[in-house]
Amino acid sequence: MLNYDIVVIGGGPAGMAAALKAKECGVDSILILERAETLGGILEQCIHTGFGLHYFGEELSGPEYADRFISLVNEKNIEYKTDTMALEITENNVVYAVNKTDGLLEIQAKAIILAMGCRERPRGALNIAGTRASGVMSAGTAQKYVNIDGYMPGKKVVILGSGDIGLIMARRMTLEGAEVKCVCELMPYSSGLTRNIVQCLDDFNIPLYLSCTVIDIHGKGRIEGVTIADVDENRRPIKGTERYIECDTLLLSVGLIPENELTRAVGIQLDPITSGAVVDEYRETSHKGVFACGNVLHVHDLVDYVTLESQTAGEGAANYVLGKSSEAEYIETKGVNGVRYIVPQKVNIKNEGDIKLYFRVGQVYKNARIVVKYNGEEIISRKRPRLAPGEMEDVLIKNDMLKNFAQGGKIEISVEV
Amino acid sequence: MKYDVAIVGAGVIGSLIARELSRYNIRIALVEKCNDMAMGTSKANSAIVHAGFDAKPGSLKAKLNVEGTALMPELCKKLSVPFKPVGSLVVAFSDEETNTLKELLERGKINGVPGLEIYDSDKLHDVEPNINDEAKAALWAPSAGIVCPYELTIAAVENAVVNGVDFIRNFEVKSIEYSDGEFSVSDGKETINTNYIINAAGVYCDEIASLIGDTSIHTIPRKGEYMLCDKSVGKLANHTIFQCPSKMGKGILVTPTVDGNLLLGPSALDIEDKNDVSTTSETLSEILEIAKKSVPSLTTREVITSFAGLRAHCSKNDFIIEPSEKNDKFINVAGIESPGLSSAPAIALYVKGIILSKINAEIKSDFIEEREEPVRFRHMTNDERKALIEKNPAYGRIICRCETITEGEILDAIHAPAGARDVDGVKRRTRAGMGRCQGGFCGSKVVELLAKELGVEINKITKCGGNSKILYERTK
Repeated sequence: MLNYDIVVIGGGPAGMAAALKAKECGVDSILILERAETLGGILEQCIHTGFGLHYFGEELSGPEYADRFISLVNEKNIEYKTDTMALEITENNVVYAVNKTDGLLEIQAKAIILAMGCRERPRGALNIAGTRASGVMSAGTAQKYVNIDGYMPGKKVVILGSGDIGLIMARRMTLEGAEVKCVCELMPYSSGLTRNIVQCLDDFNIPLYLSCTVIDIHGKGRIEGVTIADVDENRRPIKGTERYIECDTLLLSVGLIPENELTRAVGIQLDPITSGAVVDEYRETSHKGVFACGNVLHVHDLVDYVTLESQTAGEGAANYVLGKSSEAEYIETKGVNGVRYIVPQKVNIKNEGDIKLYFRVGQVYKNARIVVKYNGEEIISRKRPRLAPGEMEDVLIKNDMLKNFAQGGKIEISVEV
Repeated sequence: MKYDVAIVGAGVIGSLIARELSRYNIRIALVEKCNDMAMGTSKANSAIVHAGFDAKPGSLKAKLNVEGTALMPELCKKLSVPFKPVGSLVVAFSDEETNTLKELLERGKINGVPGLEIYDSDKLHDVEPNINDEAKAALWAPSAGIVCPYELTIAAVENAVVNGVDFIRNFEVKSIEYSDGEFSVSDGKETINTNYIINAAGVYCDEIASLIGDTSIHTIPRKGEYMLCDKSVGKLANHTIFQCPSKMGKGILVTPTVDGNLLLGPSALDIEDKNDVSTTSETLSEILEIAKKSVPSLTTREVITSFAGLRAHCSKNDFIIEPSEKNDKFINVAGIESPGLSSAPAIALYVKGIILSKINAEIKSDFIEEREEPVRFRHMTNDERKALIEKNPAYGRIICRCETITEGEILDAIHAPAGARDVDGVKRRTRAGMGRCQGGFCGSKVVELLAKELGVEINKITKCGGNSKILYERTK
């Protein structure tokens, strides 16, 4: 049995930022477990730029952004094991993991930070009819083939879903010589960042069909085409709008799902909306000493925010290990009226700092107000020219405000138009 | 190459026949038009072992179903294939349907089905808590079970190959000549010679038979679509749950699978195209609606994939297992629709009987009856895992995160007798890519491993043979 103060599961941007922060806070015995061959997580295949604008104030590619943290992890002598898969965490914070060199690892941790990231929703979850031809894959899989392996997964491409990876891949495939015929989005708005729609579709004259979906996949061996159709307000295909589009590739960018298998198996409470753990402001889960951050907690729009959140979790884990946790009196947070969820779901009012609440809205709003209420009473109101589901929002609850709250209280955030 | 017997079609029927005949000192070829075994009906069906009360008494279906079902547990044990004796329930929602249950019970008794019993509503809800409150009664059949049909097929071929059978892939039989008491079977490029042919070509049985001028068989592909749900809802059904049967089949069932998922289906639609295994959104929503009549808490949220298979329906409505009228050295094994999987072990014995009545075959003294159990890391205890990785570190690297499948298991699948040659072949042998992400993460790693082990460039690896390529040329 190995012993560490903190075991971090996942060596992507979340895991690395959390580990570095915990180290900075005075914890020396830290181990990062990473299932891929290198640290860096999904950033390693995101060779486009746009990372780091908020955190570093400069525009970096994914590998560059990751490399800044990898260098720090090495510099600070934080231990990590790559090609290592965590199989199980137990009630007593023991982590079981495997790799080729150590075999089966049994690691006793004082605190665990969950930073496993997320995965893409597959075709099956959409129930698209048609054949099971090859050439239907998630946008992230295609991204790996192109950027890491150096092979083209197809030449004539239809993309279903306008999530950010789909948008990025529309541009990437075009630059590599493929013809991207269109991006179909089931919803009346894109779930991707506005800047990606401009830079990845508009700049390349790739049409984005809103309220439109793929209803049939054709082709026996390799995919030969898809039938697309417009959908009504209930997202049902409208008869008569079907059209056939010839293609040899269908990329899916239809949502991300936090990878919470380990979390669920140990019985940690999950939020049905985020599909991540229910956490407090330090991102501690319902299981003492287990923290969660990054896309395993809720899917973020920008990695910069993943970094910030993970530093919070790292600090929380360090405080826990060092016995510095303050006494706890919780209030609840809840998204209502257009706000789908809030992270954290609960806040300790004894906390001595300001608290940032992150949330997402359920549809596009123009000239709306974000209203924060405490026990039904408006305490903050902020004007926003535009709110979209693809972009994470936040509000800051100042500590002097927090001090006025009482245990069992409730913060609600809503959109008012 | 000269064979005593050539079996056309490596589905569960052809493969079990090959294994059964490999007990004897005869030269056997198992020819398959696809890149792998179990590529037709055998990979896309309900994966259940029927008790045997459906078929008409006196029919070949009735006889072979009951016999096959009785043989299945032992066979699966020998071939290290998962089989679970979960039993089945036919649920009645009205008095009329309750009467149907009584008819099925009587028919089952005549067919020799053991242990049939009618459960009242209380007993039914007791054993199947998620069943619709409106269910009135059910026919309980304890001898029914669930099995993984492609795993059974793969295991049968592996065992047959270990016992000397030649498994010939990508050989689509295009012509059969008969002269001097011998068949020449050709795919247009290569020819094999054989004394006997066993036609186990599933929905293509009629086309293969017509190559010797036998036009007595007419196969109608009857399409069945299915939905597979995540393991998180695998416990919604404890047994295979049928609704009352209709003319088109046994209706939509809800059943656990041996891997712990939940399977809904099949629809039944007679079609023309024997290649058409596409699904339609209308049918899939219909399946869900009907399945919800049995288990109301089902939703689309848990569906991880859908697929379709074709049953080889023949107008005769019974299995056709006999020498052709055109040539008695050509044995048709046709019309093997449901309960074909359940009957398969008995069909293999039945066909063996026909062959042995014609050939003087000696039993082999060195026949290996058991197939070595593949490593299944996910089912092991941590101590077993520790010991395994110490012996071979490849078992310490997880490739498929959702199903916890190791590199070692994938290498085993590729290097097995009649091993995997494509991504779907690895998936069926190991479950890599069958989990909730459906190969999103591990797909590219499986492609890499296949390319490395088979010594080809990664853009030569296919999803399932033929033109199902995955990658094109290198990027710029």
